[in-house]
Amino acid sequence: MSNAVVDKNVPRHGSSLQQPRLPGWAPYALIVVSLALGAGLGTALGMGNPFQMGLFAALVFIIASYALGAVVEGGRQARNRLATSLVWVCFLLAVVPLLSLIWETVDRGRTVLDGYFLAHSMEGVQTILPGGGAYHAVIGTLEQVGLAALIAVPIGLLTAIYLVEYGRGRLAKAVTFFVDVMTGIPSIVAGLFILSFWIIILGFSYSGFAGAMALAILMMPIVVRSTEEMLKLVPDELREASLALGVPKWRTILKVVLPTAIGGITTGVMLAVARIAGESAPIVLLVFGATGINNNPFEGAQSSLPYYIYEQWQLGNEASFNRAWAAALVLIAFVMILNLVARGIARWKAPKSGR
Amino acid sequence: MAKRIDVSGLTAYYGSHKAIEDISMTVEPRSVTAFIGPSGCGKSTFLRTLNRMHEVTSGGRVEGKVMLDDENLYGSGVDPVSVRRTVGMVFQRPNPFPTMSIFENVAAGLKLNGSYKKSELEGVVEKSLKGANLWNEVKDRLNKPGAGLSGGQQQRLCIARAIAVEPDVLLMDEPCSALDPISTLAIEDLIGELKERFTIVIVTHNMQQAARVSDRTAFFNLAGVGQPGKLIEIDETERIFSNPSVQATEDYISGRFG
Repeated sequence: MSNAVVDKNVPRHGSSLQQPRLPGWAPYALIVVSLALGAGLGTALGMGNPFQMGLFAALVFIIASYALGAVVEGGRQARNRLATSLVWVCFLLAVVPLLSLIWETVDRGRTVLDGYFLAHSMEGVQTILPGGGAYHAVIGTLEQVGLAALIAVPIGLLTAIYLVEYGRGRLAKAVTFFVDVMTGIPSIVAGLFILSFWIIILGFSYSGFAGAMALAILMMPIVVRSTEEMLKLVPDELREASLALGVPKWRTILKVVLPTAIGGITTGVMLAVARIAGESAPIVLLVFGATGINNNPFEGAQSSLPYYIYEQWQLGNEASFNRAWAAALVLIAFVMILNLVARGIARWKAPKSGR
Repeated sequence: MAKRIDVSGLTAYYGSHKAIEDISMTVEPRSVTAFIGPSGCGKSTFLRTLNRMHEVTSGGRVEGKVMLDDENLYGSGVDPVSVRRTVGMVFQRPNPFPTMSIFENVAAGLKLNGSYKKSELEGVVEKSLKGANLWNEVKDRLNKPGAGLSGGQQQRLCIARAIAVEPDVLLMDEPCSALDPISTLAIEDLIGELKERFTIVIVTHNMQQAARVSDRTAFFNLAGVGQPGKLIEIDETERIFSNPSVQATEDYISGRFG
């Protein structure tokens, strides 16, 4: 009975379970062919730059895999090939800008990036001449980001713990709402807020600390959100297991819930740090920028890497462009190292399941 | 050590939903009492009211009295934390702490409560693991993560963790439902040994298991979906399975349910 129904829908090729398949090397051959066709088409239409050629090739690849699949293998396999090729093309489209950005930055940044660049400031350097460095900016970034993390991480962590473990009713809803709103605050607005509150109303002067406060405002919602998600991932069974042993709730959170989630929380905090390390708007407003070394974040103008890049780019000459690229490379490396450290910690602290 | 539990007029809610209504029973010390009944009839909810775990669920609240010997668990000024130290619990799914080793898991109750002497810890861990019939299997890898054990071993680890804090009563919520027959047998044997020292209450869906391990059996039922669960009867296990006094019990046990 059911056999008859199935037989009607499946075209017979000898056996009903066997259907013609494209050979395994077919997609690779197709890639080569579409690249060649893309290049040819681009040249023929007079659009010779590699990006346009690549787009043509991608288009040819998608259409050709669908058509070939439809002819040889039938409808369902063809749609499968269409989806697969779309996923690959989109993946490449996403990766190309990233790789080209890293390539460009490394390529241009390495011309002046050396020990001297990392160990010297711009004090007394003629801006149109080569020389000088970003030491003062690196110090500024480290201090401002460090202070911001010192402010934002404890507040963010405790807020997330409140929301997940204790928060009920209106207060929790209100906190969640305002955290969401804070996530969307543009950095310049955070900077203006600290400017009007700390500098204009309270009368303090420009300092790294003022910038750090603005950065903390930007960082806090990210820490809350990521920590919240990580704490929610901890199964309730573990909390119950601990409570059933007669462990008080606060100790359960401290000794069972947080250690279980610590890997994810660290990753979240590091990502938040990476996000604020690249902020320049609040720094322009609150830290003012300096060419010399100022190790004290609580007094006087400082610089920071994003600000330094902006400043050097503004100067508009060969030497300053080189310095800007080098500083950009330092900033990317800083963020990348942070990410690697976070991954390391996450792996090291992850719940163990090995035997 | 083992204590008698005397429940009278106990009703439990989830928010506005009444989960169990007006339950009264006595659980004898140094014996095994089994709760049976269809899904959703409130066996687990009732079990969780016996060590004040019910109120951990949001919206959970309880009316009525649970006397542990001569102390009311729901009396004013009773700290749920100390109740849970006296009445331990083993859950349906094995839930060892994933960040801790086997040793730390067993020691968790003492360590997290902060009241222990380092020198005593090893002795307690060994004694508890032996009590849970797990010592011989894990004595060479006490520092390996607890999550690396098999399901049955994990459940015995959880039992060891529960008995390490020396409770008076041990509650078990379907402790074998996630386990294979051999691990189940190991745990049933263990229950037989543990009843020498503890008062044991076990929820089970497996009627053969109730017949094998328990001295007394309580049958719970509910009138319909959304209705609160009720205690139908509690009696000697032999009597419940051979000649129950309520027709509904006989129907359920003989499979003529519904």
